[in-house]
Amino acid sequence: MKTFLDEVNERINGVPIQRCYHCRKCTAGCPLAFAMEYNPNQIIKMIQMGRRDEVLGSSTIWLCVSCETCITRCPNEVDIARMMDVLRQMAIESGLGAKEKNILKFHEAFLSTIRLGGRINEPIMMVQYKLKSGDLFSDMAMGIDMFMKGKLPLISPRTQDMKAVRRIFENTKQ
Amino acid sequence: MLKVSYYPGCSLHGTAKEYDQSVRAVSQALGIELKEIDDWSCCGATSAHSTNFKLSIALPARNLMAAEKDAMDVMIPCAACFNRFKTAEHYLKKDKDLKAQIEGIIGGKYQGGIAVRNPIDIIYNDIGLDALEGKVKVKLAGLKPVSYYGCLLLRPPEICQFDDYENPMMLDKIVETLGAESRPWSYKTDCCGGSLTISKTDIVVKMVNKLMTMAREAGANCLVVACPVCMANLDMRASEHVRLPVFYFTELLALALGLKGPSGWFKLHHIDPRPLLTGLGLQ
Repeated sequence: MKTFLDEVNERINGVPIQRCYHCRKCTAGCPLAFAMEYNPNQIIKMIQMGRRDEVLGSSTIWLCVSCETCITRCPNEVDIARMMDVLRQMAIESGLGAKEKNILKFHEAFLSTIRLGGRINEPIMMVQYKLKSGDLFSDMAMGIDMFMKGKLPLISPRTQDMKAVRRIFENTKQ
Repeated sequence: MLKVSYYPGCSLHGTAKEYDQSVRAVSQALGIELKEIDDWSCCGATSAHSTNFKLSIALPARNLMAAEKDAMDVMIPCAACFNRFKTAEHYLKKDKDLKAQIEGIIGGKYQGGIAVRNPIDIIYNDIGLDALEGKVKVKLAGLKPVSYYGCLLLRPPEICQFDDYENPMMLDKIVETLGAESRPWSYKTDCCGGSLTISKTDIVVKMVNKLMTMAREAGANCLVVACPVCMANLDMRASEHVRLPVFYFTELLALALGLKGPSGWFKLHHIDPRPLLTGLGLQ
């Protein structure tokens, strides 16, 4: 039977994460470590220990912003940023959802806007996010200010060949 | 005349329209002819690669294939789009099986014959600082920007292949050529938290305020950026007691080259840069 570690390594399809010798350089340089539940190197250790639900249910994997500082500095070339992508995808597939619900809802709103018009129309994306998250009123003053400056056009050019865009979404469905 | 394909990306049609307009104005002035990629679509940004790997490669790959029809390198001003295109290019060239799958998903062939480039690289390496200096009409004396490169132009270095990834200098040298005094600082490649700006605003405010505080400590009176996500985040999330005006590097280029447009673009910023520029006699 495949362990959690095997599954993660297989999906990363690169340097196996057990190469990590916990120098904590990733954590030292991580701009989000201050807000994370577990530090990046702790996540690696937890994967090795098979603590699947705690890892996939953690806020850490959603707070990672993919700034790629960790992989840039890792002396063992462990692709932690890619690992975080893999863990997010595993959390979604496993039905555990996201501990940081609004971060996932933002991603969903973003992608469904592309599905709708091929490109991001920022007002449409924001309305979708607000409906999904229920966070209706934050940033209203800023939104109005930007609208008045013409930065939030309600209608913006779309991709014409929407069949091609929909085909990509259909063929990459997980 | 240098001819390139142009991928503006979604932000440049909305919240970052002054970046699009300044890129176009500066390109014209420097003799770079832009041909927008036909019927482009979104690159998927952070949201695609956070949730679906193949989607995150296929979305930029569709645009790369469309650009290949024009057989010119692609210029991408948005650091986030630039990073997604470079990442797609990297995987398509490295992994034959994946390339075949992605081609099947899209229904087209990827040749891999064109380069993905950012305007900083094109202006620095192809136009050159000497030629740029010759075109400067207004020296930006008194302007003391820190150059903020952020994450996505530089990392991971073997994919982006952009500049020194811990101490990049191209942007610093460009603004110095315009007569500004680029201030050295240690935060030029630190992350601003851009992709969480909507969903985790409280965390992002802390990150942005730290950058602004460090810029002040370095003696800067403004920041210069090359990314619409960094711009939106720094310009709108910084607290009043620490904030400094933020410029797209192309806005400063346009100002120094004496082009039409900057005064209209500056009105669109959240942190109004006009008092600073007026104080320095630059506007």
